[in-house]
Amino acid sequence: MVTKEAVSKWLDAMTDIYLENQKYLTELDSAIGDGDHGNNMARGFKKVREKLPELQEKDIGGLLKGVGMTLMSTVGGASGPLYGTFYMRAGGAVDGKEELDLADVVALFDAGLGGVVSRGRAELGDKTMIDALTPAVEALKAAQEAGQSVEEALQAAAAAAEQGMKDTAPLQARKGRASYLGERSIGHQDPGSTSTYFMMKTASENLT
Amino acid sequence: MKKLINAVDDVVKEQLEGMEMAHGDMLAVNYEPFFVYRKDAPVSGKVAVISGGGSGHEPMHGGFVGMGMLDAACPGAVFTSPTPDQMYEAAKKVNSGAGVLNLVKNYTGDVLNFETAAELAHGDGIPVQNILIDDDASVKDSLYTAGRRGVGTTVIAEKIVGGAAEDGYDLDKLADLARKVNMYGRSMGIALSGASVPGADKPLFELSDEEFEFGIGIHGEPGRVRQAMKSADEITEMMVAAILDDEAYTRTVREWDREKGEWEEKELTDEPFASGQDVILFVNSMGGTPVSELYAVYRKAAMILKDRGFNVVRNLVGPYITSLEMQGASITIVRADEEILKYWDAPVKTPGLRWGG
Repeated sequence: MVTKEAVSKWLDAMTDIYLENQKYLTELDSAIGDGDHGNNMARGFKKVREKLPELQEKDIGGLLKGVGMTLMSTVGGASGPLYGTFYMRAGGAVDGKEELDLADVVALFDAGLGGVVSRGRAELGDKTMIDALTPAVEALKAAQEAGQSVEEALQAAAAAAEQGMKDTAPLQARKGRASYLGERSIGHQDPGSTSTYFMMKTASENLT
Repeated sequence: MKKLINAVDDVVKEQLEGMEMAHGDMLAVNYEPFFVYRKDAPVSGKVAVISGGGSGHEPMHGGFVGMGMLDAACPGAVFTSPTPDQMYEAAKKVNSGAGVLNLVKNYTGDVLNFETAAELAHGDGIPVQNILIDDDASVKDSLYTAGRRGVGTTVIAEKIVGGAAEDGYDLDKLADLARKVNMYGRSMGIALSGASVPGADKPLFELSDEEFEFGIGIHGEPGRVRQAMKSADEITEMMVAAILDDEAYTRTVREWDREKGEWEEKELTDEPFASGQDVILFVNSMGGTPVSELYAVYRKAAMILKDRGFNVVRNLVGPYITSLEMQGASITIVRADEEILKYWDAPVKTPGLRWGG
């Protein structure tokens, strides 16, 4: 079972990974977007870290919803409402829980994905965070059906997200500012799919 | 890059403090979170009009807060959309009970943040609607891109919608008018130089002394083409032709269904311009181009419109929707009818636009 402490560790590790990769995400975004993704994610998760002691007093659902609200009001750009919605919906799927089994973990990420899709109206292949998140959720579901453990499922999900992220490079962007580049967006890895991969990577390392 | 700033992190805050000190008779500022609001808000019985977006386009939007235009404006960081808590808190502050109309420029960040804010306001029982402004004729295609960006028509729409709100339009009627103004308006912008955001060590893009970019966005979004520099008349001809010869444009927008409490997708198609129409001609500076050059652009644009059988019945010339210190200009042409002219002429008293009354 995944405890609330593990969820807190995940959020803490995510803050670290976004701070460590602030420049990298900004470089990816400068190539095809407006060059603020690294700064925006770092600003948002620094605020999450600041609020974590207070948020931890709630159940896992409340904790994740608190993360969503925090990101929504600090990140800005398109990633603010997208990640904000992800964590708010993810929290809604595990309301009242103090620990999570694999079914809960699947429900959490599936609800988050649903939130991102309905907020952003992006489809698979548009060169967005959906391209990393969708295969990750599919991998979680497949692992669940195969009767695997939470650890195995999240490792498969992180690997799927990484592949999805890499596969955005040859795609032409159809959403966001990058879409105005048309064919010139081809050859660049999508920054949003990269920050999503970091989310899944830290989940696989901490939600155990 | 040399800029008149104290600290990069204080740019927006100090700008708002200065505005409040300079224009305290018209507006006030809320600092946590940031929004500028009409000093006398909420105005009893009136639908409140809110807009917002990244900073760096001044006087839009904060400079258009006041009688006859916006009830509130929500500034984000420079060239970054504001967050939903800003629009939500602003809505609560300026709503008189008659509801809130959000005028949203079509940038992914602005759209997503305003949609979230509308859901929050709806949850509080505030009648709300979001109308998209997407008039940048530089973008041809809406299927494989984020669609046309919101540019010059935003200023015209804020004036007209603000005037009609003052006259007692209800929320649905006001939304219809906002949608119409957007569908009647189209713009084209050009850049002669790039701009740099505070703290950045280089401009967003660079242009040599020998070239200009045609179809630029207000945050340096890439245009249609980069060409060898030409005369004012030649560049103006290209811009006006791109607007007048623009074909019908179709896109899907999301508007809020207050009954169901969910987003409703609507397909909207603008008709092309047609000879014989009355129009408002708006020539705008991107920030770095002087007003003297704008009049050279206006002169040629007005001549072309006359030659092609249009009647320029109103105009606006000056820096109203800027892009920091970018050298460049945009032309916006809005088809005018009786309703549009009535509210264009209605009194307005804001730091950025003031007439009548």
